[in-house]
Amino acid sequence: MVSMSGSTLKNSVGLVSPQTVVVREPLTLACGTVLSSHTLVFETYGQLNADNSNAILICHALSGSHHAAGFHDGDSIPGWWDSYIGPGKAIDSSRFFIVSLNNIGSCFGSSGPTSINPDTGQVWGASFPSLRARDWVESQRLLMEHLGIEVWAAVIGGSLGGMQAMRWSLEHPEKLLNAVVIASAMKLSAQNIAFNEIARRAIKSDPDYCDGDYLQQNKAPLHGLALARMLGHVTYLSDELMGQKFGRELRSGAFTAEKTQPIEFQIESYLNYQGDKFSDSFDANSYILITKMLDYFDLSREYQADPVQAFSHALCNFLVISFSSDWRFAPGRSREIVHALISAGKDVSYAAIESDKGHDAFLLPNERYEDALGSYLGRVANTLDVSGQADGEQQ
Amino acid sequence: MNLDIDIISDWFRPQSRVLDLGCGDGSLLSSLKQKHSILGYGLEIDSEAISQCITSGVNVVEQDLNRGLTNFPDNSFDTVVMTQALQAMRFPHLVLDEMLRIGQDCIITFPNFGYWRTRAYLNFHGRMPVTKQLAYQWYDTPNIHFFTYDDFEALCQERKIRVLRSQCLSEHFLDRQLLSLWPNMFTETAVYHLTKL
Repeated sequence: MVSMSGSTLKNSVGLVSPQTVVVREPLTLACGTVLSSHTLVFETYGQLNADNSNAILICHALSGSHHAAGFHDGDSIPGWWDSYIGPGKAIDSSRFFIVSLNNIGSCFGSSGPTSINPDTGQVWGASFPSLRARDWVESQRLLMEHLGIEVWAAVIGGSLGGMQAMRWSLEHPEKLLNAVVIASAMKLSAQNIAFNEIARRAIKSDPDYCDGDYLQQNKAPLHGLALARMLGHVTYLSDELMGQKFGRELRSGAFTAEKTQPIEFQIESYLNYQGDKFSDSFDANSYILITKMLDYFDLSREYQADPVQAFSHALCNFLVISFSSDWRFAPGRSREIVHALISAGKDVSYAAIESDKGHDAFLLPNERYEDALGSYLGRVANTLDVSGQADGEQQ
Repeated sequence: MNLDIDIISDWFRPQSRVLDLGCGDGSLLSSLKQKHSILGYGLEIDSEAISQCITSGVNVVEQDLNRGLTNFPDNSFDTVVMTQALQAMRFPHLVLDEMLRIGQDCIITFPNFGYWRTRAYLNFHGRMPVTKQLAYQWYDTPNIHFFTYDDFEALCQERKIRVLRSQCLSEHFLDRQLLSLWPNMFTETAVYHLTKL
């Protein structure tokens, strides 16, 4: 709580607590499996206006959760997108009602490999059904119904989150007015799939993985998951940034003959720390499940592999944003999205942000990024009945 | 200073697809959308201008024209327009080729460096002209390829570009009386509507 005083609280949504909903409506997944019911954990920031028109959906990426902004009681670290969500921030909680959920298959409370399969009473583990981005969209739509929202003012996401935003625009074109697609792609490249497969192999090679049944055996492939994360982490940063941040600095030891202490570079120590921290908080089966979901995503598969034909079904406006040093979801991938949208005659703007922060740039403070996103959403907010919100609050 | 914009506004077809190269704050596309219900996209690299476009709801794509336009397919737009920017291109003739490839037709406006006030400035001051229209010092100007009305006419002939219509403009009454006699001397701004031959 100490950290929440003073400057940290400025422009923060403040203390937040997650809500849980059990969706009783059956959800038929793309793989054919039907989830008779599923649990969703979510947070909301800001107030829904009188005509329910100011709702924004935040879609998280591979390792994200519902906790996108503000602080949980006792925590000193805010949600994962706190730089962009809050009163007066780019995604302005004083103008929008912002919904952020933990998607199914993940491991922060929503139905997934670590939760109990209601049909068997056993933990799902590796038997949790294979997922596709459209399954997340369907489950998000059920949450939307639960919240009484008919149209999203915007669906926003970075990386895998951007894929969900694009999928929304095709699956339910009439249910969103804007899609904001950040550091994303219409499908992964072979190199991207390769990185994901190495990560999965690292997890599966851990003896404690137990063919995915580690939870039942009270084990956890911490080492394998840490390794997977370390690999991922390297690919989310740029060479330039790593050089600046760590260079060849040593954490311990020295290159002199008389020293016997083993040599450890700062980057080694940093990566090991990041890997271990991650494996303590994330589930290995979820990691495998969601990386596969990323690999399987292909926006235009059902549209004769033609992105223009795919986007011709969209009705919303688009904002696309990329970062110069992002090599996992390079600017070229964003430009493909933009050009497909232009060819399909859709309204789209594209900002190519200069940044040395690699793929992670979409999470980090950046003035131009903030300005582009803020300008776009400011215009969206202006078109809504914001006075309705004020009236609603007085009643 | 928006004489050229007023003239060309009527050259766009209703509901057409328009690509504006170097769209600035998006005011042209914005007014064309209101006036002719066009579907417009602007290309721009200045971050402040991009922000202004986004704020006013103009489709803007961040792209450096000097790095080529190969990402746009042939004939993918009805009209490609460029106002007061050709002289700032690294290779104006190649940009012109690209515009004609991407658009069914093109609209171009440019400052005439052969305009008598510009000539007089250089003649009498012996310094590179700094005028209302060319408001930069030589060392920091984005305008790196000055050309005259006659130069552009010659380029169109050389490259077999068909001039659908053109108009010579000046803010000054006196110039306007003499324009048709000696366009290269009395045109301040020239506007062209072009297509492939």
